[in-house]
Amino acid sequence: MALKIAVLVKQVVDPEMPAAAFRIDPGAKRVVPPPNIPPVVNGFDENAVEAALRIKDAPGVAQGSTVTAISMGATFALDVMKKPLSMGADELVLLQDNAFDNTADSFFTAQVLVAAIKKLGGFDLIICGRQASDWDNAQVPLGVAELLGLACVALGKKVEVQGAKIVVERLIPDGYEVVEASLPALVTVSNELGQPRYPTLRGIMAATRKRPTIWSAADLGLQPAQLQPQITLHSLFVPTRSKVCEFVEGDDEADRGRKLALKLREAKLI
Amino acid sequence: MPDAKGVLVLGEASGGELSSGSQELLAAARKVAQALGEEVAIGLLGSSLDVPSQRAIAFGADRVYAVNHPLLAQYHPDLYLAAAAALCKDTNPRIVLISRSLQGRELGPRLAFRLGVGLAQDCLEVSIDPATKRLLANRPVYGGNAIAVISCNGTPNIAALRPKAYEPLPPDSARQGQVVSFPVELNAAMARSRVVSVVKEEAKGVKLEEARVVVSGGRGLGGPEPFKDLEVLAKLLGGAVGASRAAVDSGWVPSSHQVGLTGKSITPDLYITVAISGASQHLAGCSGAKVIVAINKDAEANIFKEARYGVVGDWKKVLTAFTETVRELTQG
Ligand SMILES: Cc1cc2nc3c(=O)[nH]c(=O)nc-3n(C[C@H](O)[C@H](O)[C@H](O)COP(=O)(O)OP(=O)(O)OC[C@H]3O[C@@H](n4cnc5c(N)ncnc54)[C@H](O)[C@@H]3O)c2cc1C
Ligand SMILES: Nc1ncnc2c1ncn2[C@@H]1O[C@H](COP(=O)(O)O)[C@@H](O)[C@H]1O
Repeated sequence: MALKIAVLVKQVVDPEMPAAAFRIDPGAKRVVPPPNIPPVVNGFDENAVEAALRIKDAPGVAQGSTVTAISMGATFALDVMKKPLSMGADELVLLQDNAFDNTADSFFTAQVLVAAIKKLGGFDLIICGRQASDWDNAQVPLGVAELLGLACVALGKKVEVQGAKIVVERLIPDGYEVVEASLPALVTVSNELGQPRYPTLRGIMAATRKRPTIWSAADLGLQPAQLQPQITLHSLFVPTRSKVCEFVEGDDEADRGRKLALKLREAKLI
Repeated sequence: MPDAKGVLVLGEASGGELSSGSQELLAAARKVAQALGEEVAIGLLGSSLDVPSQRAIAFGADRVYAVNHPLLAQYHPDLYLAAAAALCKDTNPRIVLISRSLQGRELGPRLAFRLGVGLAQDCLEVSIDPATKRLLANRPVYGGNAIAVISCNGTPNIAALRPKAYEPLPPDSARQGQVVSFPVELNAAMARSRVVSVVKEEAKGVKLEEARVVVSGGRGLGGPEPFKDLEVLAKLLGGAVGASRAAVDSGWVPSSHQVGLTGKSITPDLYITVAISGASQHLAGCSGAKVIVAINKDAEANIFKEARYGVVGDWKKVLTAFTETVRELTQG
């Protein structure tokens, strides 16, 4: 049974930008995107694309599945958001509207994504990242599952389809558990899934030719009343750090290492 | 429907014990309940709740809803969710607090969605806005680079607290409280997923989360071998070995060693980082350490902004001499 698989991908500011490049506009209560650092596809969502492609590629029941990447946002860097396509996804659906300018409110985001999922006729399997690296909410997938009434398994490090069910190795603090659920289902994945594949030249060429489907709030039939925010953001600020580091001096590195031990002894830390 | 009232804590009481996270929640709940002049209740789900119920009262609950059901003996997200949602609908709290533990990170958001409201995730601090009586939450965002102050617009206001953000109150066994049994109707068919097996990675020695001393290594170590050196040092100090995500992603150490936002949160007395740059996502897991020591060849590395003591230099040379001296000092 070839599956219809959806992967939910979010565009985020690059979380690995140098700390010095991180700025906030306190009036607008938002992060100022650094001028020379383009946004990225949320890292865990690349893992999610990888998980979907592994299912599609694996010999067996789900071979020939289709993978649709879906993203909601106010504006997109199209070359960035085409990455799932260049990795091998079949389709890209961008939910783009000024009304979708929302990073904080998971309830809102889940409702919009669910409207698109329904418009696309539903999916057998929805794969998401464990959390988006902007607000680290880790909520949207749980919300999508809840609103669609789907089985939900979070924190996968391996996702396989066996017949009409998924089998997920799910991370727990000291190992993992193997969890099964019948399809349709939703799974979130973590970086422990392994490195997402690099786009091949062929993949990049194919992605250039593909046009994303772009839908606005109106296309999704969403009324303003359905899009009431559930979260109010009062302020956003960079925490001040008051710590002062004492650099241990010495003749050479070994000497500094020795002196560090003596200092920690003096401070009764060892 | 009467006005929502009071603070409801969703506790965890597996194995007949009140979890430490639940004790922390009760401390936070007492604080906000006091500002409201209202009661603290706790919902406990499980099959043997007598001991945890008494403990919950000692740690600050005025009322315990004991949700006893054989199907709740083991945690299952779908069943726990059904029970928690029933409890919230029936008791109509103003505020619901849950721990962002392994359970809570799944249960909290799903509960919020089921009740049709938002959730303040991963909060470090909660308080009451006196004007609106709504819960104000401080929570780190952007990997800890920023703090957002948010509130929830719906009722109840639900917040998930970061583990260890609050200290439990000293337990008082003389505290009075009421234990009420709360019946729920559940059936096994509500469970849409099934745990088939559990694979535990044997942790040797001291547990990372409980260690008084943690020695962590990062990408700058260059390979898996140096982690043996860290183990030697950790052993001398009676501590545990941690790692940055870069070291985990490189396959040098299992992910159960990862410290940080998506790894473990640790609060040792002494945290020694070796060749770790100090990305905000790493610091998110160790900012509760009493003293951070950093060994890094780059004097500009971000880790030195959080560290109390720093050594600039090649880790190998510094660590060898450091470990030797520690050995002399600790073994006389
Ligand atoms: C959503 C999200 C969640 C994340 N969660 C986590 C998490 O939970 N935990 C975590 O750790 N990271 C996490 N990260 C990753 C984080 O952003 C950093 O990429 C990571 O912490 C970097 O690891 P590192 O410090 O080992 O490597 P690097 O940043 O590459 O730093 C290596 C350091 O080693 C030093 N060095 C190199 N050679 C030597 C030498 N010979 N002697 C001494 N010093 C040397 C360098 O100066 C440098 O400072 C997360 C990222 C995202 C986006
Ligand atoms: N705006 C969005 N568009 C598409 N997917 C999203 C969006 N926001 C969140 N997601 C998905 O939900 C996961 C968790 O996001 P969050 O709950 O915001 O931390 C992400 O890794 C994505 O898979």
